[in-house]
Amino acid sequence: MNFPIFPKSASTTAVQTDHLFFLLLAFSAVMMALIFLPMFFFLYKYRRQSNADRSSRKLPTEYIEITWTVIPVFISLAFFALGARAYFNEEVPPADTLQINCVGKQWMWKFQHQEGNREINELHLPVDRPVTLTLASEDVIHSFYVPAFRIKQDVVPGRFTTEWFQPTSTGSYRFYCTEYCGMDHAKMAGTVIVMTPADYQDWLEHGSVRDTLAQSGEALFRTLGCSGCHAGNSAIHAPPLEGLYGRLVPLSDGTFVRADDQYLRDSILNPASQITAGYAPVMPAYAGRLSEENLLQLIAYLKSLAKETPPKTP
Amino acid sequence: MAERTTTIAKQFEDLPQQREAVTLGMWTFLATEVLFFGGLFLVYSVYRHFYFNAFAAASKHTDVVYGTVNSVILITSSLTMALGVRAAKLIQYRNTIRFLLLTVCLGLAFLAVKGFEYHKDITDRLVPGLDFNPDLPLHGQIFFWLYWTMTGLHALHVIIGLGVISTMIGLLSRRNGRPVHAHSIENAGLYWHFVDIVWIYLYPLLYLVGRHS
Amino acid sequence: MTAEPQNYLNGEYTIKSWLLTTDHKRIGLLYLLTILFFFVIAAFAAGLMRLELLTPQGDLVSSDTYNKLFTIHGVMMVWFFLIPSIPSVLGNFLVPLMIGARDVAFPRLNLLSWYLFVLGGFFTFHAVILGGVDTGWTFYTPYSSTYSNSHVTEMALGIFIAGFGSILTGLNFIITIQKMRAPGLTWFRLPLFIWSMFATSIILVLATPVLAITLLLMGVERIWGIGIFNPKLGGDPVLFQHLFWFYSHPAVYIMILPGMGVVSEIIPCFSRKQIFGYKFVAFSSVAIAVIGFLVWGHHMFVSSQSIYAGMAFSLLSFLVSIPSAIKVFNWTATLYRGSISFEAPMLYVLGFIGLFVVGGLTGLFLATLAVDVHVHGTYFVVAHFHYIMVGGMVTAFMAGIHFWWPKITGRLYPEKWAQFSAIILFIGFNLTFFPQFVLGYLGMPRRVHEYAPEFQVYNVLSTAGATILGVGYLLPLIYLLWSLKNGPRADQNPWQAAGLEWKTASPPPEHNFEETPVITEEAYAYPPLTSSQPTPEEPHG
Repeated sequence: MNFPIFPKSASTTAVQTDHLFFLLLAFSAVMMALIFLPMFFFLYKYRRQSNADRSSRKLPTEYIEITWTVIPVFISLAFFALGARAYFNEEVPPADTLQINCVGKQWMWKFQHQEGNREINELHLPVDRPVTLTLASEDVIHSFYVPAFRIKQDVVPGRFTTEWFQPTSTGSYRFYCTEYCGMDHAKMAGTVIVMTPADYQDWLEHGSVRDTLAQSGEALFRTLGCSGCHAGNSAIHAPPLEGLYGRLVPLSDGTFVRADDQYLRDSILNPASQITAGYAPVMPAYAGRLSEENLLQLIAYLKSLAKETPPKTP
Repeated sequence: MAERTTTIAKQFEDLPQQREAVTLGMWTFLATEVLFFGGLFLVYSVYRHFYFNAFAAASKHTDVVYGTVNSVILITSSLTMALGVRAAKLIQYRNTIRFLLLTVCLGLAFLAVKGFEYHKDITDRLVPGLDFNPDLPLHGQIFFWLYWTMTGLHALHVIIGLGVISTMIGLLSRRNGRPVHAHSIENAGLYWHFVDIVWIYLYPLLYLVGRHS
Repeated sequence: MTAEPQNYLNGEYTIKSWLLTTDHKRIGLLYLLTILFFFVIAAFAAGLMRLELLTPQGDLVSSDTYNKLFTIHGVMMVWFFLIPSIPSVLGNFLVPLMIGARDVAFPRLNLLSWYLFVLGGFFTFHAVILGGVDTGWTFYTPYSSTYSNSHVTEMALGIFIAGFGSILTGLNFIITIQKMRAPGLTWFRLPLFIWSMFATSIILVLATPVLAITLLLMGVERIWGIGIFNPKLGGDPVLFQHLFWFYSHPAVYIMILPGMGVVSEIIPCFSRKQIFGYKFVAFSSVAIAVIGFLVWGHHMFVSSQSIYAGMAFSLLSFLVSIPSAIKVFNWTATLYRGSISFEAPMLYVLGFIGLFVVGGLTGLFLATLAVDVHVHGTYFVVAHFHYIMVGGMVTAFMAGIHFWWPKITGRLYPEKWAQFSAIILFIGFNLTFFPQFVLGYLGMPRRVHEYAPEFQVYNVLSTAGATILGVGYLLPLIYLLWSLKNGPRADQNPWQAAGLEWKTASPPPEHNFEETPVITEEAYAYPPLTSSQPTPEEPHG
């Protein structure tokens, strides 16, 4: 039986996390020595049968107590700060990441690349390029975890969560679901396959060539009837979607909201909850009529319209 | 206002210890009740923050007349309860019983009004999951399960409170000349006032959301 | 054979006198029997789990069965063994004795607490009989509220009812400690066990109601299908986690604080000296209780909660470790210039300190945000909490049971067997759970019955350890039962310990003290030591 002692380190995050881990390990070793060595010493020296000097000794109790309270506080603050900084780095993605959608459902993982490639329980990626996964769940809470990358993010139904990382070496790395999700939770695992950029490009082109995410989304936009109201020449007065993504949207109650992924999702599933200022609440709700994958495709399409200008309103 | 020798439970040394223990016990119990309802109020706050418009729209469908009448009834019952406690401290047992009976009647009136109100809410299709009124937004259902849960739990506590007060009335009526501790009545009063205070928070949160507009 | 004096055990023997007792000492024993029942079931579930985990394939039990096993294990161990263990067994027995009172403030409420516990336990056990629950002890939504087909509602009802028993126990202790101390027993003369029981009771009383409402809402959603935590109907599943952990984190302090109280009693006795830094140890219990309410979000760092909230919880989680560290330092310092003996209670306590230090330090790993992202939901967490709860709490419980066994039963247990068991437990425990830290960092998720082959070695070690651990629990069960009939009779104070409970007979009379004691000295007023220390007499009858 082989037994690894330490997991492979295959991402930029892993390097940071392992540094912190070893620092904590060293600190723990020191603390254990500071506690157990005196303890063993006292247990031996002052065991009942010994005739060590046990006369009462006036110790500066208060100074001792304050010292061993204050020093741990400072050490804690230091570890907190280091951990928080690393955490901030690993939660906030850099600009220009490779965007991939990931849908978790009982008990499998489905990935969609922007170019249209789809995978189940496998994720092909190029090395040395930061990746952001947009995660959605069809049913219960799951959690996407790649031990070799040291990253993990819960996948919560009803919202999008994101997770970014940058693989640093080619190879195959297991991923798991780490939030108990029902009967076959243990089987909900897969492999990330990190390739050289050339191999990755190759894989993309020779994979099942289909429409890109945005193209699939555009098809849905028509078949679901969205273009009936939101196209420029529609008789219904509906907010234009060109240039919408990323902008501030004024709502009917006077507040403003940023048109991000969650906003688009909520507006499609339950439009009545946030009415754009100046428009009537006539859009039908699509909740229950769209899978998470379809939603992600629609949103990809809408994102592709972000750079366009809205048509002139008559 | 000297208290004559009365029965002290055997774990206590003397009457002041018993009185303090029982009173502190009731306050501690009320603290647990605050945390219990508090969890529910927290859930309410979170969802109201997410879905204020839906809450305002849904709240308009509560019957503010029933709600206001009940508020008046319950506050008055707190008054009668307080008067009953005062009478107990003055060792005026007949007055104590009268005021406690009045409190029970008001409490029952509260429950009766609530019964009529619930009946109306059901015929107005305001029960989530039971042919909920389609004119209301989806998240209005969240408002209404909060409404049913919060008022239902409150009504349960009203019933418990009425039970406690009735027990006090029973003890007072059948005491056979033995004095009854005023602190027992006072602690029952504490519970009743708590039930009243919960309602005072419930009323604006459920009946008055967005009503000024 | 000398005639036994009247005590709380031999006054009346009828079943009715036990089932309708209002004597806090008998109620403590009723709890002991009940929690033992649940411990056995939960331990059996763990045994099956560890057997399954010997091989990477899921070959012993089906997925569904395994999911139900870890749920039963968690639910019963947390709510029906750990939470009541020291408070409801040792606390009930000792609190009035230690403060010189005749009973708790509300004896009938105390009995009601036990009946609520039993009723709650009955519903939980019944849910298991009907087929069990497969949500994990944490009942995360929407799986528990919408998707699971198991007997969630009944089990939640059981926990809900038992929770009220907890609340009433905590309430009883608060009033008792606050109002019924013997004359002269000021706060700073109290045994530290009482301080920790007081802090524990504050948590019991304030945190458990939030669990109650959370379970109620989850049950309501299951029964009526409304969208409390179901995102398809507008609900927020993460809100459940906030509510659940707002109780469940303080709950772990309910579990550990009483254990720390036991340690604070035993170390001075077996070092024959005053504890070091009494006030700091006392206040640290209060600090743990207060700060413990502010750290719940550290269970949710990857849940999609705001990263700024995560940072706040991380900082507070570091701070909550400080008072625990202070206790460990003070316990160690107490040994300095003491006169130390190594009877079983002391061995268990030393084991506690060793295991608790490891558990506590690994808690710092979990409080460190970036590291937690990697190890959350893995066996690292499982190892951490077992070090604290089993290595800590259960070991302290064993220490307390042995220390106060003469007082409770009037008999002495066989010392050599007890020392042997303490060592077996320590070895077995470490072998079971230390490999799990390695497994966790390697990435093995929790709540899985099949796993990647490279994890097998550590799982085999862990299961081997569990076997030894099981022996470590079985032995005391056997020899303690044996001692009830065959152990030498104990006298009033076999350990020559300080504390009011040792100033009355073993076992105590029903009313505890012939006369209400009056306190004039500090806690742990052991006579000053010199270098040539006469050994206190061997425990004798």
